[in-house]
Amino acid sequence: MSTATKNTDNREEVRAVAEAALTPEIVAFIADCVKGDHVQSQLIRVLHKVQGHYGYLGPDQMDAVAQLLQVPTSRVTGVATFYHFFRLEPRGKYMISVCLGTACYVKGAERIADRLQEELGVHFGETTKDKLFSLEATRCLGTCGLAPVVMIEEKVYGGVEPDQIPGIIGKYTKMAQEEKKA
Amino acid sequence: MSEQQTVNLTIDGVKVVAAKGATIMEAAEKSLGVKIPRLCYHPKLSMQGSCRVCIVEVKGANGYVTACSAKCAEGMEVQTNSPAIRQARRDIVELLLDNHPRACLTCDRDGNCELQNLAYTLGVREHLFSGERKRFPIENSSASVVRNPEKCILCGRCVRVCAEVQGIENLSQHSRGFKTFVSPAFDANMDDSVCIQCGQCVNACPTAAFIGKSYTENVWQALADPTKHVVVHTAPAIRATIGEGFGMKPGTPAAGKMVTALRRLGFDKVFDTNFTADLTIIEEATEFLGRLQKGERLPLLTSCSPGWVNFLERFYPELIPNASSCKSPMSMMSALIKTYYAEKAGIDPKDIFVVSVMPCTAKKFESRRPELTMPDGTPATDAVIMTRELIYMIKSYGINMAALDDGEFDSPMGDSTGAADIFGTTGGVLEAALRMAVEVVTGAPPANMEFVEVRAVEGLRVRELKVNDDLTLRVGISNGLNNAKKLLDKVVKGEEQFHIIEIMACPGGCIGGGGQPYPPAGYTILDPKLLARRAAALYAIDVQKELRSSNHNPAIKAIYANYLGEPGGEKAHHLLHTHYAPRLPRGIR
Repeated sequence: MSTATKNTDNREEVRAVAEAALTPEIVAFIADCVKGDHVQSQLIRVLHKVQGHYGYLGPDQMDAVAQLLQVPTSRVTGVATFYHFFRLEPRGKYMISVCLGTACYVKGAERIADRLQEELGVHFGETTKDKLFSLEATRCLGTCGLAPVVMIEEKVYGGVEPDQIPGIIGKYTKMAQEEKKA
Repeated sequence: MSEQQTVNLTIDGVKVVAAKGATIMEAAEKSLGVKIPRLCYHPKLSMQGSCRVCIVEVKGANGYVTACSAKCAEGMEVQTNSPAIRQARRDIVELLLDNHPRACLTCDRDGNCELQNLAYTLGVREHLFSGERKRFPIENSSASVVRNPEKCILCGRCVRVCAEVQGIENLSQHSRGFKTFVSPAFDANMDDSVCIQCGQCVNACPTAAFIGKSYTENVWQALADPTKHVVVHTAPAIRATIGEGFGMKPGTPAAGKMVTALRRLGFDKVFDTNFTADLTIIEEATEFLGRLQKGERLPLLTSCSPGWVNFLERFYPELIPNASSCKSPMSMMSALIKTYYAEKAGIDPKDIFVVSVMPCTAKKFESRRPELTMPDGTPATDAVIMTRELIYMIKSYGINMAALDDGEFDSPMGDSTGAADIFGTTGGVLEAALRMAVEVVTGAPPANMEFVEVRAVEGLRVRELKVNDDLTLRVGISNGLNNAKKLLDKVVKGEEQFHIIEIMACPGGCIGGGGQPYPPAGYTILDPKLLARRAAALYAIDVQKELRSSNHNPAIKAIYANYLGEPGGEKAHHLLHTHYAPRLPRGIR
């Protein structure tokens, strides 16, 4: 009986916008997730994938995930803001993680943390204006023998003294400048 | 009952037999008449068990037990009011209060707040814990619902009602720990999210973390302005609920006193949205019979409920062609006041200020829709106030509602049939349409005016109604949008065929609207007993009316003869019909 006179369905448009917000690889990954049962339980997997590519979860990407997985957007943002692991802002080129685990803490991690925040001019969870550094606190990195520990990207710095910090940061700033020139 | 279906336990030293599977909270209430205090619990919503206010002592249990979720077990010994429990509950509420603005005196829900009531009944008399308090800005930019996360106690009732009753899932708890707050995705406001503005979050909230946006100040100003001709019209459902605000028993019709109170407040004309409810029926039945004849764009979807219209545009845009193009009774009335009435009374429409009293928050959004404005771009309805706001205005003025004589709505736009009154409850629009359609198709009014089979008190119905030997109508009726989804999914997939579907956004229809009085003592929101009483008030008015079919309303006949021309004709179409468009963000069904 139903014969629509005008097509008012925007499903394809909305889908196209969502697909454009993600890479074809992620779109294909989600398409795979949707095939199975319990699509909603795939949400965290998909968010990991998105963050793996972009380094963070932007509003357009979260909207796209919601539309393609057909999971309410509020649930996507609820999950993304709940877990510490998910970043909602673009991260800097270099991620600086300061271990605040027990051993590092006892060995003066707080002074390291203070100095890093001072030198970079950002708080934990923030990124410098030049988008070069993001600063985060972590739990034990499993290298307590080296305490206090700072990790920059994949490299671990052990037995760090506050006065070493400007030098370490300077190294990365220089590295970035040289990369830019090249 | 056999032994297996019951369990024996003692509650507060009294031997109690409870149904197997009953919770301690249910057993205490049913067997002992003891209402264990609660906050996050709601009988119509899923279990959350997070507020801990309903804790009880169970002998042998490790720690206190939440009575809302713990089931009765054989031999259980429960204490609901031991000194330790009373102290623990008080501590819990004290901790909630410590993280809550101390602003009861200036709060919209002062005197009507579950947290405030609990603090009183549990004996919280001082602030013992003075820790950090959460700070959030008020989100006031939407047309209908104001969100104040500082007043939120994270009970999750809004989140659950939005997801489980309305099927929207616009709200979620965001962030974690002390920083947790409830909001739409991306902390967007209600207009920019998939919110349909139904206001069920407002009803479900125990505090004032969600409130309907108030427009009473605009109304007071208009009433005080000598250059303004202030006209009010009241929705069908208001007369069934306004009495609750003045201590009347739920279900007490109070149209007469309401009219007198509105005159006392200073309104120049008191019209009845019922009049345009009758008009809607003429237009919609004409539209329906036209589509039926051509066999196109069926099922016809009713379009009176603005929460449902918002839902249609965001969640089921492909069904927009099926929606009735009729404006809602509110928007028809306001447009007619600024055209037909203005012309008749010789008043410049620019000097008319139209106020509508609605059971609804979404009507506030509807009144701001650009497609419903007057040709000069000003809104047809200048201010939409909720039942709660009108109750406040009457109290604020100092009017003794109980002592008022009954008044009559102003003619001609105050005259209506019983078909209009029942618009305020589920199935009412369909029933009203059927009263007329049967007469048009068969040539005689229906033998029985009451189509009780379409009164979908349980939320969802599908019925087949035989009109005559040639025509049997398959109709759907739903209230609460999760129920609507079930019907609409069948329509979209072509699994089932319907001729007409009535959809009301709010549970029970307008009587359960987001702008209705907070439930009086002894009732909760979504309470079938409360909704039944409110509906009964409307049916009582309907039965008492001499005319019960919209097409017999002489004032309606007159407005067609003198002003509108033919039903569905050019002028009628221009003034009484509208259009819809898909709206982004698109909702996820």
